[in-house]
Amino acid sequence: MTDTTANGGPVLTTQDGTPLKVSLARALRREKMRSLVLIAPLLIFILVSFLLPIADMLFRSVENRIVADTLPKTVAALSAWNASSGELPDENVYAALHDDLLIAVDEKSHTRLGSRLNYELSGMSSLFRKTGRRVDRMDEGNYKEQFIKVDKDWGKVETWLFLKRYSPKYTPGYFLNAVDAEYGIEGIKMKPEDERIYLYLFWRTMFLSMVITGSCLLLGYPIAFLLANLPLRYSNLLMILVLLPFWTSLLVRTSAWKVLLQQQGVINDTLVWLGLVSNTDRIVMINNQTGTIIAMTHILLPFMILPLYSVMRTISPSYMRAARSLGATDWTAFWRVYFPQTIPGIGAGAILVFILSIGYYITPELVGGTDGIFISNRIAYHISSSLNWGLAAALGVILLSLVLLLFYVYDKIVGIDNVKLG
Amino acid sequence: MRNLPPYYSAGQIAWHYGFRVICALIFFFLIFPIMVIIPLSFNAQDFFTFTKEMLAFDPAGYSLKHYQDFFYNPDWQGALKNSFLIAPVATLLATALGTLAAIGLSQSHVPYRSAIMAILISPMIVPLIISAAGMYFFYSRIGLQGTYWGVVLAHAALGTPFVIVTVTATLVGFDRSLTRASANLGADPITTFFRVQMPLIVPGVVSGALFAFITSFDEVVVVLFLGSASQKTLPWQMFTGLREQISPTILAVASVMVFLSILLLTTLEMLRRRSERLRGLSPG
Repeated sequence: MTDTTANGGPVLTTQDGTPLKVSLARALRREKMRSLVLIAPLLIFILVSFLLPIADMLFRSVENRIVADTLPKTVAALSAWNASSGELPDENVYAALHDDLLIAVDEKSHTRLGSRLNYELSGMSSLFRKTGRRVDRMDEGNYKEQFIKVDKDWGKVETWLFLKRYSPKYTPGYFLNAVDAEYGIEGIKMKPEDERIYLYLFWRTMFLSMVITGSCLLLGYPIAFLLANLPLRYSNLLMILVLLPFWTSLLVRTSAWKVLLQQQGVINDTLVWLGLVSNTDRIVMINNQTGTIIAMTHILLPFMILPLYSVMRTISPSYMRAARSLGATDWTAFWRVYFPQTIPGIGAGAILVFILSIGYYITPELVGGTDGIFISNRIAYHISSSLNWGLAAALGVILLSLVLLLFYVYDKIVGIDNVKLG
Repeated sequence: MRNLPPYYSAGQIAWHYGFRVICALIFFFLIFPIMVIIPLSFNAQDFFTFTKEMLAFDPAGYSLKHYQDFFYNPDWQGALKNSFLIAPVATLLATALGTLAAIGLSQSHVPYRSAIMAILISPMIVPLIISAAGMYFFYSRIGLQGTYWGVVLAHAALGTPFVIVTVTATLVGFDRSLTRASANLGADPITTFFRVQMPLIVPGVVSGALFAFITSFDEVVVVLFLGSASQKTLPWQMFTGLREQISPTILAVASVMVFLSILLLTTLEMLRRRSERLRGLSPG
C-alpha cells in the first residue's frame, strides 16, 4: 500500500495506482472520521443533557408567549390601537378580550397570565382573577362599559399600554428586572431606590468572592511556597493535608464550620475558656458574611494552593541564589526575582477560585444567613419559592456570561487543556 | 529539619522559624475543621461542642448513639441507598462515554478539537446552580424532572469532564508506536484497544471514574432541583438536616464520609504512582 515507487510518471502513486496525495488525504480523512466517531456519543450526550437545558434557560429568559397564547384575539385587536393617542381602545378590543377570557377561564389559564404579569406590574393578578370570575355573566354587546364596571383599571389607558407592551412573544422584561430596571408604562427606567436588590446582590457576590479570593491567596501562597521548596519526601506528606480537605465532601466541611462557628460551638467555647470573651457576649460568626467568608476560604483554599504549587515547583532555586550573590537582600530577591515568576500561578489560582466562588450556592445558603448570601441563592429562590422562572433564567444568564468571560481569560492564561486534578 | 546555614543572621533565623509557624497555623486551619468532627461525633450528649466529661476522657461522655441513629434511622438509610443507586450508574455512563471521547480526542488529527473540548468540559465550568436551573426547566418540559433517570443523566453529564481530563492526561504519555506494532502483528483495532491500550490507560480511567463517582455522590444542588422525595440522596439529607433541625447525627455521617475520602485519596495516590511507574516517568 505505501510502496511509493514512481512507475515512470512524475506523479507519485501507491501500488494500486492511486496518486499518493489522494491516498494520504483519504487516510487522513479516515483518521478524522474515526476520532469523530469516538467522540460523537459523548458530544451528543452533553449536547442533549447539558447544553440544550442551558439553551432552554437562555430562551426562557426572554420568552413571553403567555400573553399572546392566552389572549390571542385581544393581542391581534390591540395591534390596530394607536397607543400614543391617549384614548382607550375601541369596542373591538373589549369584545376580543371577552372572547379570550371566556376560553381562558375554562382552561383556568387567566390566573397564570395574571401572576405572570404581576411580576411586572403589581395588581395585575387580582385584576385578572376578579375579571375572570365575572366574565361569563356579561351580557352581549357594549363590553367596554361592562369591563370598566367590573374593574375601573380596564378604563385606564395605562393598563392597555402595559398589555400592549407585553404582547410580543419575546420581552426584555426579565433582564431589566434582573438589573433593577423596569419596562413600565413610560418605558425603561430604574426601579425606585428601595426596590433595587439585584445590582447590589451582584455587587456583593463579586465583592465577597474577591475577599475570599484574596484570603485564599494570602493563606495559599506561603503553603505553596513551603511545599515547593521542601524536599519531595516531606512535601508529599504535607500535600496530604491539602488534598484531604480537597477530597472531603463539601457538605461535611460546611457542617464542620457550622458546628465550629456556632455561638455554643467549639471556637466560642475555647475563647471563653481562654478568657478572651466573656460567656455572655459570645462572638456571632455564623449566619452572616463572616461565616460565608471563613467557610468558603477553607473550601476553596486547595484550588489556590494546587496551581500555585505547580508553578512554584518549576522555578529553579538558582535564580534566588544568583540574586542574593549579586547583593540583593532576602526581601528584594523574593520580591524582584521570585515573586514575578509566580504571577502565572497567582493568576490561574485567583481566577479559578473567583469563578468557583461567584457561582456558589450550598455554603452561603447554610452559613450565610441573610447578608452573606450570593446571587445563586436568589436564583434558587426564584426557581423553587417565588416560581418566577423567567427572572431566575435572566439572573442565571447574567451570572453565566460573567463566568464564561472569566473563563475565557483563564483559558488565555492557563489553557483549558492544562486543567489538572489532584 | 535541616540545619540552617551558619552565616544566617538572627533576623533570618527568626524569619525561618516564624514562616514555619505561619505555615503550621494555615495547615491547622485546613485540617482542624475536618478532624474535630470525628471526636465530636462520639458525644454522648446532643451538643455540638466538647462536654466536660469528654475533655476529662470520661468514658461516660462518649457514646455511639449518633452512629446508631445513622444506621437505623430509615431517613438516613433511605438516603444512603439512593446515593448508592444513583452514583454507580452515573459513574458507569460517564466513564464509558468519557473514555471513548478522550481516546478520540487524543488522535493526532481531530477537526475542531478546541471547540469540542470546550463543549465537553463545559459541565465543569458552568456554576452548578445554573446547570441545575437549566436542567430543571428543560427536564420538566420533557418529563424527566423528579425521576431517577433524570438525576442519573444529570450526574453523568457533570462527571464526564473529570473522566476526560484524567484519561487525556494518561494518554499524553501514551506511545503511539505500541498500537502500530500491535496492528502490524495482525491485531484488529478492538483487540488492540483491549489488550494494548486499555491496560496502559486503566489508571487514568479508574481515577476518572472515582472523580465521577465522588461528583455524583457529593452532588446536592442539581439533585435538590431535579430529584423528587424518592431520589433523596445522602448530601440532600445532610443539607436539609443542616438547614432545618441540625441534629448531631450529621456529625456521625460526616465522620463516615471523611473516612471514605481518606480511602479514596489513598486509592488515587496509589493509582497515580502506578501510572507514573508504568509510563516510566518516575523511578518509583
